[in-house]
Amino acid sequence: MRTLLEHLRVLRFTLQRLLLTPNATLLNILIIGIALSLPVGGYVLLKSVQTLGSKIAGTPQISVFLATGTGAGDIERIGDRLKQHARIKRIEFVSREVALKKLQHSTGLSDVIGGLSQNPLPDAFVAYPRAGDAAALEALRDELKSWQRIEHVQLDSAWVHKLEALLDFGRVAVIILAALLSFALVAITFNTIRLQILTRREEIEVAKLIGATDAFIRRPFLYFGFTQGLLGGATAWLLISASLFLLNHTLTGLTQLYASDFSLQGLSSGDSFALLAFSAYLGWLGAWFSVSQHLWQIEPR
Amino acid sequence: MIKFNQVYKRYPGGHEALKNLSFDIEEGEMVYLTGHSGAGKSTLLKLVAAIERPSSGGVLVKGQNIRSIKPAAIPALRRNIGLIFQDHKLLFDRNAFDNVMLPLQICGFDHRESAKRVRAALDKVGLLDREKANPIALSGGEQQRLCIARAIVNRPTILLADEPTGNLDTEYATEIMNIFKSFHQVGVTLLISTHDEGILRQFPARALHLKKGALQA
Repeated sequence: MRTLLEHLRVLRFTLQRLLLTPNATLLNILIIGIALSLPVGGYVLLKSVQTLGSKIAGTPQISVFLATGTGAGDIERIGDRLKQHARIKRIEFVSREVALKKLQHSTGLSDVIGGLSQNPLPDAFVAYPRAGDAAALEALRDELKSWQRIEHVQLDSAWVHKLEALLDFGRVAVIILAALLSFALVAITFNTIRLQILTRREEIEVAKLIGATDAFIRRPFLYFGFTQGLLGGATAWLLISASLFLLNHTLTGLTQLYASDFSLQGLSSGDSFALLAFSAYLGWLGAWFSVSQHLWQIEPR
Repeated sequence: MIKFNQVYKRYPGGHEALKNLSFDIEEGEMVYLTGHSGAGKSTLLKLVAAIERPSSGGVLVKGQNIRSIKPAAIPALRRNIGLIFQDHKLLFDRNAFDNVMLPLQICGFDHRESAKRVRAALDKVGLLDREKANPIALSGGEQQRLCIARAIVNRPTILLADEPTGNLDTEYATEIMNIFKSFHQVGVTLLISTHDEGILRQFPARALHLKKGALQA
Protein backbone atom coordinates (compact mmCIF):
# COMPACT_ATOMS: atom_id res chain seq x y z
CA MET A 1 0.00 0.00 0.00
CA ARG A 2 2.78 2.34 1.00
CA THR A 3 4.75 1.58 -2.14
CA LEU A 4 1.64 2.01 -4.27
CA LEU A 5 1.06 5.45 -2.78
CA GLU A 6 4.70 6.29 -3.36
CA HIS A 7 4.43 5.29 -7.02
CA LEU A 8 1.26 7.35 -7.42
CA ARG A 9 3.01 10.31 -5.86
CA VAL A 10 5.95 9.97 -8.27
CA LEU A 11 3.56 9.61 -11.22
CA ARG A 12 1.74 12.82 -10.26
CA PHE A 13 5.07 14.54 -9.78
CA THR A 14 6.21 13.36 -13.23
CA LEU A 15 3.09 14.70 -14.94
CA GLN A 16 3.53 18.02 -13.16
CA ARG A 17 7.09 18.18 -14.40
CA LEU A 18 6.01 17.41 -17.97
CA LEU A 19 3.47 20.25 -17.79
CA LEU A 20 6.01 22.61 -16.26
CA THR A 21 7.83 22.94 -19.60
CA PRO A 22 5.00 22.37 -22.08
CA ASN A 23 6.94 23.46 -25.20
CA ALA A 24 9.97 21.27 -24.60
CA THR A 25 7.71 18.37 -23.61
CA LEU A 26 5.54 18.74 -26.71
CA LEU A 27 8.56 18.95 -28.98
CA ASN A 28 10.17 15.87 -27.47
CA ILE A 29 6.98 13.86 -27.70
CA LEU A 30 6.46 14.96 -31.30
CA ILE A 31 10.01 13.99 -32.29
CA ILE A 32 9.59 10.58 -30.70
CA GLY A 33 6.15 10.19 -32.31
CA ILE A 34 7.42 11.02 -35.80
CA ALA A 35 10.49 8.83 -35.42
CA LEU A 36 8.32 5.89 -34.39
CA SER A 37 5.63 6.47 -37.01
CA LEU A 38 8.09 5.92 -39.89
CA PRO A 39 8.86 2.23 -39.25
CA VAL A 40 5.34 1.57 -37.98
CA GLY A 41 3.89 3.17 -41.12
CA GLY A 42 6.16 0.97 -43.23
CA TYR A 43 4.98 -2.05 -41.28
CA VAL A 44 1.33 -1.14 -41.91
CA LEU A 45 1.90 -0.75 -45.66
CA LEU A 46 3.76 -4.06 -45.86
CA LYS A 47 1.03 -5.84 -43.96
CA SER A 48 -1.68 -4.52 -46.28
CA VAL A 49 0.22 -5.51 -49.40
CA GLN A 50 0.96 -8.89 -47.87
CA THR A 51 -2.70 -9.64 -47.19
CA LEU A 52 -3.50 -8.58 -50.73
CA GLY A 53 -0.83 -10.98 -51.98
CA SER A 54 -1.96 -13.89 -49.84
CA LYS A 55 -5.61 -13.31 -50.77
CA ILE A 56 -4.70 -13.93 -54.41
CA ALA A 57 -2.05 -16.49 -53.74
CA GLY A 58 -4.26 -18.34 -51.28
CA THR A 59 -5.33 -20.75 -54.03
CA PRO A 60 -2.47 -21.23 -56.44
CA GLN A 61 -3.60 -22.31 -59.91
CA ILE A 62 -1.92 -24.19 -62.68
CA SER A 63 -3.23 -23.54 -66.17
CA VAL A 64 -2.65 -26.50 -68.46
CA PHE A 65 -2.99 -25.56 -72.15
CA LEU A 66 -3.51 -28.44 -74.58
CA ALA A 67 -2.04 -28.57 -78.06
CA THR A 68 -4.42 -27.24 -80.72
CA GLY A 69 -6.29 -29.97 -82.46
CA THR A 70 -6.40 -32.31 -79.48
CA GLY A 71 -9.39 -34.63 -79.88
CA ALA A 72 -12.23 -35.06 -77.38
CA GLY A 73 -10.93 -38.52 -76.39
CA ASP A 74 -7.49 -37.19 -75.57
CA ILE A 75 -9.01 -34.31 -73.58
CA GLU A 76 -11.04 -36.76 -71.50
CA ARG A 77 -7.98 -38.98 -70.94
CA ILE A 78 -5.82 -36.03 -69.79
CA GLY A 79 -8.68 -34.82 -67.56
CA ASP A 80 -8.91 -38.21 -65.86
CA ARG A 81 -5.16 -38.34 -65.38
CA LEU A 82 -5.12 -34.88 -63.80
CA LYS A 83 -8.05 -35.80 -61.54
CA GLN A 84 -6.27 -38.91 -60.29
CA HIS A 85 -3.00 -37.10 -59.68
CA ALA A 86 -2.09 -37.23 -55.99
CA ARG A 87 -0.95 -33.58 -55.89
CA ILE A 88 -4.04 -32.09 -57.51
CA LYS A 89 -7.16 -31.37 -55.51
CA ARG A 90 -9.58 -30.57 -58.27
CA ILE A 91 -9.69 -29.43 -61.87
CA GLU A 92 -11.82 -27.29 -64.10
CA PHE A 93 -12.12 -27.67 -67.85
CA VAL A 94 -12.20 -24.50 -69.95
CA SER A 95 -13.02 -25.31 -73.55
CA ARG A 96 -11.66 -23.05 -76.27
CA GLU A 97 -15.18 -21.78 -77.01
CA VAL A 98 -15.82 -20.80 -73.41
CA ALA A 99 -12.38 -19.15 -73.21
CA LEU A 100 -13.12 -17.07 -76.30
CA LYS A 101 -16.45 -15.92 -74.88
CA LYS A 102 -14.79 -14.97 -71.59
CA LEU A 103 -12.17 -13.04 -73.46
CA GLN A 104 -14.81 -11.18 -75.44
CA HIS A 105 -16.68 -10.22 -72.29
CA SER A 106 -13.82 -9.28 -70.10
CA THR A 107 -11.59 -7.29 -72.42
CA GLY A 108 -14.02 -5.31 -74.53
CA LEU A 109 -12.21 -6.52 -77.62
CA SER A 110 -15.37 -8.13 -78.94
CA ASP A 111 -15.12 -6.32 -82.29
CA VAL A 112 -11.58 -7.49 -82.90
CA ILE A 113 -12.30 -11.03 -81.78
CA GLY A 114 -15.54 -11.15 -83.71
CA GLY A 115 -13.48 -10.40 -86.81
CA LEU A 116 -11.30 -13.47 -86.41
CA SER A 117 -11.97 -16.18 -88.91
CA GLN A 118 -11.16 -18.94 -86.44
CA ASN A 119 -10.75 -19.34 -82.68
CA PRO A 120 -7.00 -19.02 -81.85
CA LEU A 121 -7.37 -20.27 -78.28
CA PRO A 122 -6.53 -23.80 -77.11
CA ASP A 123 -8.57 -26.01 -74.78
CA ALA A 124 -7.30 -25.77 -71.22
CA PHE A 125 -7.57 -27.24 -67.76
CA VAL A 126 -7.26 -25.18 -64.64
CA ALA A 127 -5.79 -27.39 -61.89
CA TYR A 128 -5.90 -26.50 -58.22
CA PRO A 129 -2.99 -28.26 -56.53
CA ARG A 130 -2.96 -29.42 -52.94
CA ALA A 131 -1.06 -27.20 -50.51
CA GLY A 132 2.65 -27.18 -51.11
CA ASP A 133 5.56 -24.79 -51.23
CA ALA A 134 6.88 -23.06 -54.31
CA ALA A 135 9.38 -25.82 -55.12
CA ALA A 136 6.66 -28.51 -55.02
CA LEU A 137 4.47 -26.46 -57.35
CA GLU A 138 7.33 -26.00 -59.79
CA ALA A 139 8.05 -29.75 -59.75
CA LEU A 140 4.38 -30.40 -60.52
CA ARG A 141 4.50 -27.90 -63.38
CA ASP A 142 7.57 -29.59 -64.87
CA GLU A 143 5.93 -32.99 -64.56
CA LEU A 144 2.76 -31.87 -66.37
CA LYS A 145 4.82 -30.23 -69.09
CA SER A 146 6.31 -33.61 -70.02
CA TRP A 147 2.90 -35.16 -70.70
CA GLN A 148 1.76 -35.85 -74.27
CA ARG A 149 -0.53 -33.33 -75.99
CA ILE A 150 0.18 -30.64 -73.43
CA GLU A 151 1.52 -27.53 -75.07
CA HIS A 152 2.16 -25.21 -72.14
CA VAL A 153 1.84 -25.19 -68.36
CA GLN A 154 1.50 -21.86 -66.54
CA LEU A 155 2.06 -21.57 -62.81
CA ASP A 156 -0.18 -18.65 -61.90
CA SER A 157 1.33 -17.99 -58.52
CA ALA A 158 4.83 -17.25 -59.80
CA TRP A 159 4.40 -13.51 -59.45
CA VAL A 160 3.25 -13.95 -55.86
CA HIS A 161 6.62 -15.43 -55.05
CA LYS A 162 8.29 -12.46 -56.61
CA LEU A 163 6.08 -10.21 -54.51
CA GLU A 164 6.94 -12.29 -51.46
CA ALA A 165 10.64 -11.75 -52.12
CA LEU A 166 10.03 -8.03 -52.54
CA LEU A 167 8.11 -7.95 -49.27
CA ASP A 168 10.99 -9.71 -47.53
CA PHE A 169 13.24 -6.95 -48.76
CA GLY A 170 10.79 -4.35 -47.45
CA ARG A 171 10.55 -6.13 -44.13
CA VAL A 172 14.31 -6.03 -43.63
CA ALA A 173 14.32 -2.33 -44.54
CA VAL A 174 11.59 -1.64 -41.97
CA ILE A 175 13.47 -3.58 -39.30
CA ILE A 176 16.65 -1.60 -39.95
CA LEU A 177 14.69 1.65 -39.84
CA ALA A 178 12.98 0.59 -36.62
CA ALA A 179 16.29 -0.32 -35.00
CA LEU A 180 17.92 2.98 -35.95
CA LEU A 181 14.99 5.10 -34.83
CA SER A 182 14.61 3.13 -31.59
CA PHE A 183 18.20 4.01 -30.91
CA ALA A 184 17.37 7.66 -31.63
CA LEU A 185 14.48 7.48 -29.16
CA VAL A 186 16.77 6.10 -26.47
CA ALA A 187 19.28 8.86 -27.23
CA ILE A 188 16.62 11.59 -27.02
CA THR A 189 15.47 10.35 -23.63
CA PHE A 190 19.05 9.93 -22.48
CA ASN A 191 19.77 13.57 -23.21
CA THR A 192 16.52 14.91 -21.72
CA ILE A 193 17.18 13.05 -18.49
CA ARG A 194 20.81 14.14 -18.45
CA LEU A 195 19.72 17.79 -18.54
CA GLN A 196 17.16 17.15 -15.82
CA ILE A 197 19.73 15.52 -13.58
CA LEU A 198 22.09 18.46 -14.05
CA THR A 199 19.41 21.04 -13.21
CA ARG A 200 18.27 19.05 -10.18
CA ARG A 201 21.76 18.35 -8.94
CA GLU A 202 21.19 20.19 -5.66
CA GLU A 203 18.01 18.32 -4.88
CA ILE A 204 19.67 14.98 -5.58
CA GLU A 205 22.58 15.89 -3.34
CA VAL A 206 20.29 16.92 -0.47
CA ALA A 207 18.16 13.81 -0.91
CA LYS A 208 21.27 11.63 -0.66
CA LEU A 209 22.34 13.45 2.51
CA ILE A 210 18.94 12.89 4.07
CA GLY A 211 19.10 9.17 3.41
CA ALA A 212 17.41 8.64 0.06
CA THR A 213 18.14 5.29 -1.54
CA ASP A 214 19.35 5.17 -5.13
CA ALA A 215 16.00 3.66 -6.11
CA PHE A 216 14.16 6.64 -4.64
CA ILE A 217 16.32 9.10 -6.56
CA ARG A 218 16.15 7.09 -9.77
CA ARG A 219 12.39 6.56 -9.73
CA PRO A 220 11.14 9.99 -10.91
CA PHE A 221 13.61 9.98 -13.81
CA LEU A 222 12.59 6.49 -14.89
CA TYR A 223 8.94 7.49 -14.68
CA PHE A 224 9.67 10.55 -16.77
CA GLY A 225 11.39 8.50 -19.48
CA PHE A 226 8.60 5.92 -19.41
CA THR A 227 5.83 8.52 -19.64
CA GLN A 228 7.57 10.47 -22.39
CA GLY A 229 8.09 7.29 -24.39
CA LEU A 230 4.48 6.27 -23.87
CA LEU A 231 3.17 9.66 -25.00
CA GLY A 232 5.54 9.50 -27.99
CA GLY A 233 4.11 6.08 -28.87
CA ALA A 234 0.56 7.44 -28.56
CA THR A 235 1.53 10.32 -30.87
CA ALA A 236 2.90 7.83 -33.41
CA TRP A 237 -0.37 5.89 -33.17
CA LEU A 238 -2.38 9.05 -33.83
CA LEU A 239 -0.14 10.05 -36.75
CA ILE A 240 -0.51 6.61 -38.33
CA SER A 241 -4.26 6.45 -37.80
CA ALA A 242 -4.78 9.94 -39.23
CA SER A 243 -2.55 9.18 -42.24
CA LEU A 244 -4.36 5.89 -42.90
CA PHE A 245 -7.71 7.64 -42.70
CA LEU A 246 -6.61 10.19 -45.30
CA LEU A 247 -4.93 7.58 -47.52
CA ASN A 248 -7.89 5.22 -47.42
CA HIS A 249 -10.20 8.08 -48.26
CA THR A 250 -8.34 8.79 -51.50
CA LEU A 251 -7.70 5.09 -52.08
CA THR A 252 -11.43 4.34 -52.23
CA GLY A 253 -11.74 6.41 -55.41
CA LEU A 254 -8.74 4.66 -56.91
CA THR A 255 -9.76 1.10 -56.06
CA GLN A 256 -13.29 1.62 -57.32
CA LEU A 257 -11.81 2.26 -60.75
CA TYR A 258 -10.09 -1.12 -60.55
CA ALA A 259 -13.11 -2.86 -58.96
CA SER A 260 -10.98 -3.88 -56.01
CA ASP A 261 -11.75 -3.74 -52.32
CA PHE A 262 -8.13 -3.12 -51.39
CA SER A 263 -7.66 -0.81 -48.41
CA LEU A 264 -4.85 -0.10 -45.97
CA GLN A 265 -5.47 -1.85 -42.69
CA GLY A 266 -5.10 0.11 -39.49
CA LEU A 267 -3.13 -1.10 -36.51
CA SER A 268 -4.78 -4.00 -34.74
CA SER A 269 -5.29 -3.70 -31.00
CA GLY A 270 -2.39 -6.11 -30.48
CA ASP A 271 -0.13 -3.99 -32.72
CA SER A 272 -1.24 -0.81 -30.95
CA PHE A 273 -0.49 -2.29 -27.58
CA ALA A 274 2.91 -3.51 -28.78
CA LEU A 275 3.70 -0.03 -30.14
CA LEU A 276 2.81 1.69 -26.85
CA ALA A 277 4.60 -0.90 -24.73
CA PHE A 278 7.72 -0.77 -26.89
CA SER A 279 7.93 3.04 -26.95
CA ALA A 280 7.37 3.23 -23.19
CA TYR A 281 10.07 0.59 -22.70
CA LEU A 282 12.54 2.50 -24.89
CA GLY A 283 11.87 5.71 -22.96
CA TRP A 284 12.43 3.86 -19.72
CA LEU A 285 15.63 2.34 -21.11
CA GLY A 286 17.01 5.73 -22.18
CA ALA A 287 16.26 7.16 -18.74
CA TRP A 288 17.86 4.15 -17.08
CA PHE A 289 21.07 4.51 -19.10
CA SER A 290 21.17 8.21 -18.36
CA VAL A 291 20.53 7.83 -14.65
CA SER A 292 23.09 5.09 -14.17
CA GLN A 293 25.56 7.12 -16.19
CA HIS A 294 25.13 10.44 -14.36
CA LEU A 295 23.76 9.81 -10.90
CA TRP A 296 26.89 8.35 -9.35
CA GLN A 297 28.75 11.53 -10.30
CA ILE A 298 26.59 13.48 -7.86
CA GLU A 299 27.91 12.60 -4.44
CA PRO A 300 27.47 14.99 -1.54
CA ARG A 301 30.65 16.63 -0.30
CA MET B 1 26.93 5.77 20.00
CA ILE B 2 29.85 7.35 18.13
CA LYS B 3 33.31 5.87 18.57
CA PHE B 4 36.53 7.01 16.90
CA ASN B 5 39.59 4.80 17.20
CA GLN B 6 42.95 6.10 15.86
CA VAL B 7 41.28 7.73 12.90
CA TYR B 8 43.32 9.36 10.14
CA LYS B 9 41.93 11.15 7.11
CA ARG B 10 44.28 12.03 4.28
CA TYR B 11 43.16 13.66 1.06
CA PRO B 12 44.74 12.97 -2.30
CA GLY B 13 47.71 15.31 -2.51
CA GLY B 14 48.91 14.42 0.96
CA HIS B 15 46.93 16.88 3.07
CA GLU B 16 46.23 15.25 6.43
CA ALA B 17 42.87 16.56 7.68
CA LEU B 18 42.56 14.36 10.76
CA LYS B 19 45.37 12.79 12.78
CA ASN B 20 45.05 9.93 15.23
CA LEU B 21 41.61 10.76 16.64
CA SER B 22 40.23 8.58 19.40
CA PHE B 23 37.12 9.43 21.44
CA ASP B 24 33.73 8.13 22.51
CA ILE B 25 30.37 9.84 22.54
CA GLU B 26 27.72 8.14 24.68
CA GLU B 27 24.07 7.85 23.79
CA GLY B 28 22.17 11.00 24.76
CA GLU B 29 25.34 13.05 25.20
CA MET B 30 25.77 16.60 23.92
CA VAL B 31 29.30 17.33 22.70
CA TYR B 32 30.88 20.42 21.14
CA LEU B 33 33.48 20.26 18.46
CA THR B 34 35.67 23.34 18.60
CA GLY B 35 38.67 24.68 16.77
CA HIS B 36 39.62 27.19 14.09
CA SER B 37 38.29 26.85 10.60
CA GLY B 38 40.44 24.32 8.79
CA ALA B 39 41.08 22.38 12.00
CA GLY B 40 39.06 19.41 10.62
CA LYS B 41 35.67 19.92 12.28
CA SER B 42 33.67 19.52 9.05
CA THR B 43 35.75 16.52 7.99
CA LEU B 44 35.02 14.82 11.32
CA LEU B 45 31.27 15.38 10.93
CA LYS B 46 31.43 14.05 7.36
CA LEU B 47 32.99 10.83 8.64
CA VAL B 48 30.12 10.34 11.12
CA ALA B 49 27.53 10.83 8.34
CA ALA B 50 29.45 8.52 5.98
CA ILE B 51 29.89 11.35 3.48
CA GLU B 52 33.61 10.58 3.63
CA ARG B 53 35.45 7.47 4.76
CA PRO B 54 38.47 7.42 7.06
CA SER B 55 41.87 6.63 5.50
CA SER B 56 42.67 4.42 8.46
CA GLY B 57 41.30 3.66 11.91
CA GLY B 58 37.75 2.80 12.94
CA VAL B 59 34.69 5.03 12.99
CA LEU B 60 31.72 3.29 14.63
CA VAL B 61 28.29 4.96 14.40
CA LYS B 62 25.45 3.04 16.02
CA GLY B 63 27.63 -0.05 15.77
CA GLN B 64 28.31 0.35 12.04
CA ASN B 65 31.87 0.70 10.81
CA ILE B 66 31.96 3.66 8.40
CA ARG B 67 35.23 2.50 6.90
CA SER B 68 33.70 -0.67 5.51
CA ILE B 69 29.99 0.23 5.26
CA LYS B 70 28.34 -0.91 2.03
CA PRO B 71 26.91 1.91 -0.14
CA ALA B 72 23.48 0.27 0.07
CA ALA B 73 23.54 0.55 3.88
CA ILE B 74 24.31 4.29 3.93
CA PRO B 75 20.71 5.55 3.39
CA ALA B 76 19.45 3.61 6.43
CA LEU B 77 22.29 5.02 8.54
CA ARG B 78 21.60 8.60 7.40
CA ARG B 79 17.91 8.33 8.23
CA ASN B 80 19.01 7.97 11.83
CA ILE B 81 21.19 11.07 11.66
CA GLY B 82 19.81 14.59 11.41
CA LEU B 83 22.23 16.82 9.49
CA ILE B 84 22.29 20.58 9.99
CA PHE B 85 24.51 22.50 7.61
CA GLN B 86 26.03 25.93 7.88
CA ASP B 87 24.83 26.70 4.35
CA HIS B 88 21.41 25.13 5.13
CA LYS B 89 21.16 23.22 1.80
CA LEU B 90 17.48 24.10 1.47
CA LEU B 91 15.68 23.62 -1.84
CA PHE B 92 14.37 26.86 -3.32
CA ASP B 93 12.02 25.19 -5.80
CA ARG B 94 9.49 24.37 -3.04
CA ASN B 95 8.04 26.02 0.04
CA ALA B 96 9.12 25.54 3.65
CA PHE B 97 6.55 22.83 4.28
CA ASP B 98 7.74 20.72 1.33
CA ASN B 99 11.37 21.15 2.34
CA VAL B 100 10.62 19.60 5.70
CA MET B 101 8.45 16.97 4.02
CA LEU B 102 11.36 15.60 1.95
CA PRO B 103 12.87 13.24 4.58
CA LEU B 104 9.46 11.72 5.22
CA GLN B 105 8.83 11.21 1.51
CA ILE B 106 12.16 9.47 1.29
CA CYS B 107 11.11 7.12 4.08
CA GLY B 108 7.75 6.55 2.37
CA PHE B 109 5.50 7.90 5.11
CA ASP B 110 1.76 8.15 4.66
CA HIS B 111 0.85 11.66 3.55
CA ARG B 112 -1.52 12.59 6.37
CA GLU B 113 0.83 11.29 9.07
CA SER B 114 3.71 13.19 7.41
CA ALA B 115 1.77 16.47 7.32
CA LYS B 116 1.19 16.19 11.08
CA ARG B 117 4.86 15.54 11.72
CA VAL B 118 5.99 18.37 9.45
CA ARG B 119 3.75 20.85 11.30
CA ALA B 120 5.03 19.57 14.65
CA ALA B 121 8.64 20.08 13.51
CA LEU B 122 7.89 23.56 12.13
CA ASP B 123 6.15 24.41 15.40
CA LYS B 124 9.17 23.25 17.35
CA VAL B 125 11.44 25.73 15.54
CA GLY B 126 8.79 28.49 15.54
CA LEU B 127 8.10 28.54 11.80
CA LEU B 128 4.57 27.15 11.75
CA ASP B 129 3.16 30.41 10.34
CA ARG B 130 5.75 30.41 7.51
CA GLU B 131 5.03 26.96 6.07
CA LYS B 132 3.90 28.38 2.70
CA ALA B 133 6.94 30.67 2.36
CA ASN B 134 9.75 29.92 -0.05
CA PRO B 135 13.00 29.49 1.90
CA ILE B 136 14.55 32.28 -0.15
CA ALA B 137 12.10 34.69 1.49
CA LEU B 138 13.24 33.67 4.99
CA SER B 139 15.94 35.41 7.04
CA GLY B 140 19.26 33.69 7.78
CA GLY B 141 18.08 32.65 11.24
CA GLU B 142 14.79 31.35 9.86
CA GLN B 143 16.59 29.37 7.16
CA GLN B 144 18.78 27.79 9.83
CA ARG B 145 15.69 26.89 11.86
CA LEU B 146 14.04 25.43 8.76
CA CYS B 147 17.15 23.30 8.22
CA ILE B 148 16.82 22.09 11.83
CA ALA B 149 13.14 21.27 11.31
CA ARG B 150 14.09 19.16 8.29
CA ALA B 151 16.81 17.40 10.31
CA ILE B 152 14.50 16.47 13.21
CA VAL B 153 11.24 15.67 11.39
CA ASN B 154 12.36 12.09 10.98
CA ARG B 155 13.08 11.83 14.73
CA PRO B 156 16.74 10.80 14.38
CA THR B 157 18.74 9.57 17.36
CA ILE B 158 21.82 11.58 16.40
CA LEU B 159 21.97 15.25 15.38
CA LEU B 160 25.08 16.62 13.69
CA ALA B 161 25.31 20.41 13.34
CA ASP B 162 28.10 22.13 11.43
CA GLU B 163 28.50 25.72 12.70
CA PRO B 164 24.73 26.10 13.19
CA THR B 165 25.12 29.59 14.67
CA GLY B 166 27.99 30.61 12.38
CA ASN B 167 26.38 33.51 10.58
CA LEU B 168 23.83 34.54 13.21
CA ASP B 169 23.81 37.28 15.80
CA THR B 170 23.68 36.38 19.49
CA GLU B 171 19.92 36.57 19.87
CA TYR B 172 19.25 34.12 17.03
CA ALA B 173 22.13 31.91 18.14
CA THR B 174 20.67 31.62 21.65
CA GLU B 175 17.29 30.74 20.17
CA ILE B 176 18.80 27.92 18.14
CA MET B 177 20.87 26.62 21.05
CA ASN B 178 17.69 26.50 23.15
CA ILE B 179 16.13 24.30 20.48
CA PHE B 180 19.18 21.98 20.61
CA LYS B 181 19.00 21.90 24.40
CA SER B 182 15.40 20.69 24.22
CA PHE B 183 16.48 17.81 21.93
CA HIS B 184 19.26 16.95 24.35
CA GLN B 185 16.67 16.76 27.12
CA VAL B 186 14.63 14.13 25.22
CA GLY B 187 17.69 11.91 24.76
CA VAL B 188 19.02 12.83 21.32
CA THR B 189 22.79 12.53 20.88
CA LEU B 190 24.18 15.88 19.67
CA LEU B 191 27.50 16.77 18.09
CA ILE B 192 27.76 20.49 17.39
CA SER B 193 30.73 22.14 15.78
CA THR B 194 31.25 25.79 16.71
CA HIS B 195 33.89 28.41 17.33
CA ASP B 196 31.47 30.66 19.21
CA GLU B 197 32.93 31.16 22.74
CA GLY B 198 29.74 32.84 23.96
CA ILE B 199 27.70 29.75 23.25
CA LEU B 200 30.18 27.49 25.02
CA ARG B 201 29.86 29.62 28.13
CA GLN B 202 26.07 29.97 27.94
CA PHE B 203 25.37 26.27 27.30
CA PRO B 204 28.24 24.35 28.89
CA ALA B 205 28.96 20.76 27.78
CA ARG B 206 31.92 18.51 26.97
CA ALA B 207 34.06 19.91 24.14
CA LEU B 208 36.42 18.16 21.75
CA HIS B 209 39.03 20.70 20.69
CA LEU B 210 40.69 20.14 17.33
CA LYS B 211 43.95 21.76 16.29
CA LYS B 212 45.36 21.07 12.84
CA GLY B 213 43.46 17.79 12.70
CA ALA B 214 44.57 16.50 16.08
CA LEU B 215 42.66 16.31 19.34
CA GLN B 216 43.84 18.72 22.10
CA ALA B 217 43.50 17.67 25.71
